[in-house]
Parts: sequence; structure tokens; C-alpha cells
Amino acid sequence: MGTLENPVLRLVDRARRRSAWLYHFNAGACNGCDIELVACLTPRYDVEQLGIRLEGSPRHADILCVTGPVTRSTREALTIIHAQIPDPKVVVAIGSCPATCNVFAGSPMIAGPVDQVIPVDVYIAGCPPRPHSIIQGIAQAIEILVARKETGR
Amino acid sequence: MNPLRALLALIVFPGLLYALPMGWLMLGSERRIVARLQGRIGPPLSQAFYDFVKLLAKWPVARTRQDALLFTILPLLALGSSLGALALLPVLAPTGSPPGDLVLFVGLMEMAPLCAILAGFASRSIYGEVGATREAFLGISSNVPFLAALLALAYASNSLDLARIVRLAPWAVRAPALLAILCCLPVKLRINPFSVANAEQEILAGPLTEFSGPRLALWELAHAMEWVTLCGLVAVLLVPLHRLSQPVGALAFILASFALVPLLATLAAATARLKLAQATRFLWRWAALASAIAFATAMASRFWRA
Repeated sequence: MGTLENPVLRLVDRARRRSAWLYHFNAGACNGCDIELVACLTPRYDVEQLGIRLEGSPRHADILCVTGPVTRSTREALTIIHAQIPDPKVVVAIGSCPATCNVFAGSPMIAGPVDQVIPVDVYIAGCPPRPHSIIQGIAQAIEILVARKETGR
Repeated sequence: MNPLRALLALIVFPGLLYALPMGWLMLGSERRIVARLQGRIGPPLSQAFYDFVKLLAKWPVARTRQDALLFTILPLLALGSSLGALALLPVLAPTGSPPGDLVLFVGLMEMAPLCAILAGFASRSIYGEVGATREAFLGISSNVPFLAALLALAYASNSLDLARIVRLAPWAVRAPALLAILCCLPVKLRINPFSVANAEQEILAGPLTEFSGPRLALWELAHAMEWVTLCGLVAVLLVPLHRLSQPVGALAFILASFALVPLLATLAAATARLKLAQATRFLWRWAALASAIAFATAMASRFWRA
């Protein structure tokens, strides 16, 4: 990297840090974690002041938030959604279910934890996790996003 | 208007150099004011700029060559035509506009929504198609009163030149015409009671669902340009710029354009999304009524003058 490029790269890092757009994917959650994620947008926690926004389309997103254990019917959808997010991207698993399948472990309907389907960068523990820990996890994910220099496919 | 002056208007003021920071500032302050009214702190004013840079630095998802071409040309066309419309506004040169530039202005103004409709259908995503259909419905409903108001102004001042219309249109016509244009403003900017076409979460992201990275950044920029152009149109009609000296006039134009942002943000924060039928009914009933009054007073003023 030449000296000319450095300010541009610094600006890009700054922009990535200040504008993380999330896409929320429910892989089979009980809706507990989903409510806590949406609570982060309310006046009490207001993550929009960090530039974080919940996007409707995976094409617009930087961070994929997965809740729930992966069921057999959402497994393929999850891989497709993950592929639709443009690089650089980070995956956050919210709650105990995407990490271990929690109480659903052993069910014939469950395909397994999220990391058996797509690579996971940050795990947020809790059933459901409090909004504070979700914000902490997203902040960690943003740091990973900024550090991620890999260039597309 | 000589070519050099036209180029200056396009690139410097009220074109690119003014419109870029102003567009980002308008988008950023709209989000911030909405957040404050909802009891939140909200993003910084520079948020739209950071969003733009981030999107520009993302790697677009691979596409076939035809799709990639179409997906790049449509936002560029929307961006360029909105910028061209903005450059036609008689801010600095109140006398030297090209003859009949109202027609060109309207044509350029309508390119951006048209490109969004095409983009929605070209993406072949079901959400994009639903969004594009809604955008087309709203476009027809809002354009009838919008164009009727502009035509009433043109008829009252007996000219198709923007500069002459701004100078000569009597207030009896101008007030109802402005009311009709103000009714159409939130529809054309797709903000809250009329955010039917882009309906975030409900139909993912409307016509732009399949756009990503730099191409989405171009759309965001085109949207910012639409804000600057439409607010600028209202400012030009509202403030008698031709009576002010050039620097004062430019400042008044900037302040009047920006003063519309809190009004629109308050409206967006105070209302929930309407259904498509409710939105079109509002436009056909109330915005059309205002433009009909503008037309009636325009005819009356022509009649009395003759």
C-alpha cells in the first residue's frame, strides 16, 4: 500500500466501523432472541447511534445475525442467504440455540448448530441474551468486519 | 444560458459540489430528527456519507454480464438525471435560462422513479416486482397533481421557462400549487406515510432488494439528489430569489431547502405507513383538489388580465 492510498483505506475502515447493517435470520428460534434483538433498536438501547441498521434484504447487509437452531427446512435457506451477503461479511450467532441447539438438541427436526452450516465469527451466550450482551457481540463483530481484508470470491 | 454557465450550474452550484454534501446532510438530519422525536439519540449527521463510503467499498455479488450492465446503468441514469434537474433550477441565473426548460426539468425529474421501477422489474425478485408495481401506482397518482400544479404555474405566467415562472406566477396561483407540490413531496421522497414502495421489512427493500455494494451506493446517492432537487424546487417557488443579490439569494435558497427537512422528518416520525389504496386516495382527493384550485385561479388571473 502506497502513502497515497492510506487515507482512503483509513476512511473505508472508519466507514465500516460506523455503518454496520444487520440482516436477521430466524433459523428456527422460539422468538425469544428475536425480541431481544429488536429491543436493541428501541429508545432504551438505540443502536442506530452507532450507525447500525436492521436491513430487509441480505444483499444490503454486512452482519448476518442468526437466532435459533438450524432446522432441516431452514438449512438450505441459511446457506443461500449467507451466500447472498456481499463480502466482507461477519456472522453472529445470537443465543444458546445456534451454538449448541440448547433444549432442541437430539430432535429429529434439527439439522444441528449453525457452525455446521456456515462459519460463525461471534457467539453471544444466553437464553435469551440481554440486549447489552447482543450490543457487545455486535460491537465485537464490527471489529472483525473492519479487520477482515479478504477480497470477494 | 451559455455552455460554460450551464456546466458551472451542473458541477458547482446548485449542482454536484453543493448537492453532494447537502444531500448527505439532508438524509443524515432526517434520520437524526426522526430519532430525536422517537426519544432516541440517533445517528450522527454524517451517517449517510459513511453509509455511502462503506457500500462503495463492498464487493458486489457476482452477476451475469447483462444484469451487471443494467444494474449499473439504471442507478447512474437516475443519479445523472436528478442532478440535471437540479442544475436547471433558476437559483443564480434568474434570467438566462434556456427557453422551455420546464419541460426538460419535468422529464429529468421523472427519470429517477422510472429507473427505480425498471430496476425492480429487472431484478426479477418477487419483492422487487411488488415494490416496482407500488412505485408505478404511486408515481401516476402523485404526478397528476404535481404536473397539474406546475402547468397551472406555467399557464398563469404564460411561459414554459422556469425562471419566468418563478418571477411572474401570482401568489393566488402559487399558494395552492405549492400546497399540491408539498403533498406530493413525501410521496416522491418515499418517506413515512407514503413509504409504500420501499416498505422496509414488509417487502424487504422494494425495488432495490437485489442491489448490493457500489450499485446500492449509487441508488442512495440518487435518492439524496432527489431530496436536494425537490426541496430546491419548493425553495425556488417559495422565496423570491430574483429580488435578492446573488450570494444572498444562494444562501436563502440553501436555508429554505434545508428548512423543509425538519417538516418532512416530523411527518415521517408522526405517521405510520399507509396502504397503497389509502395513499392513492389521499393524492387523488386532496393533492388533486389543491392543484385544481391552482388551475382555476390561473385561468381566472389570465381572464382578468386579458
